[in-house]
Amino acid sequence: MSETDAHSHTAPAVSRTGAPVRAASDALVTLREVGIRRSGRWLVRGVDFSVSRGEIVTLIGPNGSGKSTTAKTAIGVMKPDEGRVEKIGGLKVGYVPQKLSIDWTLPLTVERLMTLTGPLKSAEIAEALASTGILHLARAEVQHLSGGEFQRALLARAIARRPDLLVLDEPVQGVDFSGEIALYDLIKTIRNRTGCGILLISHDLHVVMAETDTVICLNGHVCCRGTPEAVSQSPEYQRLFGVKAAQTLAVYNHDHDHTHLPDGRVLHADGSLTDHCHPEDGHHRDGHPPDDTAVPDHVHDESCGCGHSQIRLKRLEPGKRDRA
Amino acid sequence: MLDDFFIRALIAGVGLAITVGPLGCFVVWRRMAYFGDTMAHSALLGVALSLLLDLNLMVSVFIVAAMVSLLLLALQKRGGLSTDALLGILSHSSLSIGLVIVAFMTWVRIDLVGFLFGDILAVSEADIDIVWGGGILVLMALVMLWRPLLAATVNPEIAEAEGLHPERSRLFFMLLMALVIAIAMKIVGILLITSLLIIPAATARRFSASPEIMAVFASLIGAVAVVGGLFGSLHFDTPSGPSIVVAAVVIFVLSLLPIGRRGRDGTPFSPPGGHH
Repeated sequence: MSETDAHSHTAPAVSRTGAPVRAASDALVTLREVGIRRSGRWLVRGVDFSVSRGEIVTLIGPNGSGKSTTAKTAIGVMKPDEGRVEKIGGLKVGYVPQKLSIDWTLPLTVERLMTLTGPLKSAEIAEALASTGILHLARAEVQHLSGGEFQRALLARAIARRPDLLVLDEPVQGVDFSGEIALYDLIKTIRNRTGCGILLISHDLHVVMAETDTVICLNGHVCCRGTPEAVSQSPEYQRLFGVKAAQTLAVYNHDHDHTHLPDGRVLHADGSLTDHCHPEDGHHRDGHPPDDTAVPDHVHDESCGCGHSQIRLKRLEPGKRDRA
Repeated sequence: MLDDFFIRALIAGVGLAITVGPLGCFVVWRRMAYFGDTMAHSALLGVALSLLLDLNLMVSVFIVAAMVSLLLLALQKRGGLSTDALLGILSHSSLSIGLVIVAFMTWVRIDLVGFLFGDILAVSEADIDIVWGGGILVLMALVMLWRPLLAATVNPEIAEAEGLHPERSRLFFMLLMALVIAIAMKIVGILLITSLLIIPAATARRFSASPEIMAVFASLIGAVAVVGGLFGSLHFDTPSGPSIVVAAVVIFVLSLLPIGRRGRDGTPFSPPGGHH
């Protein structure tokens, strides 16, 4: 359960490790054992990671696993109930929330949206709109945009202010597949050009941006973390999604052996229920009897997550994913 | 030739309309119409307390309205009942407590109708000073608060993440509302304040391409409603406060007519975009 009890790694590409990829001094924001509690229930607990300058961190996890909560805590929108969040002084954040509804009564053009939280030069606005491909919509009212266009407008707004840390909560939702590739490309370009840190929440449980430095899988806690690089290089994957997509997206393949129920209890693979999520309680796969139907090709990492998560990182088989 | 009291009413009414226009836009954008009503209703409790404790009327109304909005914030934080239900409780309890206190004070005779519906024809020169002085103060504060308040209106989380302190702007906004209610009570009355906030703003929406333009238009439309309503009340011998509201409604209805629609997307009452 604790961070320190095991450090044996059997899977090179996916490892549960407390050691950040970069030196801690580069960290823009660091979460230390952060927990958020609402209505007597922990939404997330023991979340521990940092985002450094030039680093792309992607959060994945099932619905209700605390991805948005974690991102909001990282930028101070939510206050942690335990643990702490350390930010560098004067950190400039650009934020794209998951949901945003703008009341019809508010007349707001895309252009006006750009300067919502701070003044910008018109050249900066035009550049941001052009880079997200919606320069022609500058004078359109945001309420008249399609979902994908609105998402691009929000991204343009966040990048136009040249943030140190870009936090994108499902930035490609509602965007079609080729648009998704283009936006991920743009996010990569922004990172490479400005060197900002990026905290990204993926709307897909398995697909992340290939440029991601660290994938963090949440399920009320950090289940596992690793890099997606290895998978995106596989020829099978490139055949499935095409070379261009493979340069942009990667599959992060893993299984959870338990589900967090809405009432806070944990449903395990063996059908049992527990109040807490402990690896030692015998409900997790490592404690399963031999007749368990565990998939044979998985690589179990004892130090992953809270110690009970099964992680498999296997070569992708064509047809395995229904996405394309 | 117009009487002095009528000129004073025009000056005070136009000043009030200009002040409440931009504030009313925020009430509409933030869907706070019921909240405005609640604060206005609490003004009667302020009136009662001012009589009971011998306080200045406006100060007392401002303090009670501000307290009610803070109480609402506290109750919202506590969770449980919806904001709607909380507002209903606060609104009618403060109005009723005010009426009960007034009834207990048998030694004072107050013009209840005057407080409920306003008495714009009775404004003094001192009232004009307060309306215009207070109005300029409110508008200046709003200009300074504009960016954070607008950002918090669009999305409090973006505002918070990008360092604009939405809670603080919300608090300031509530104080401005309390101030405007204290100023407006005498002119349009407790029951009609919200209409002066909302109707001009709602009318302005259709003709506005930006939040700033909508704020200016709301002020102008409110001013036209005040002038039209006052002349109407003079002409038809109708009560002045309700006449102003009727004039505002007439302008609103006229604005719905399909003439001179703005732009290719200018359908004024199409439902809000489906993607949010």
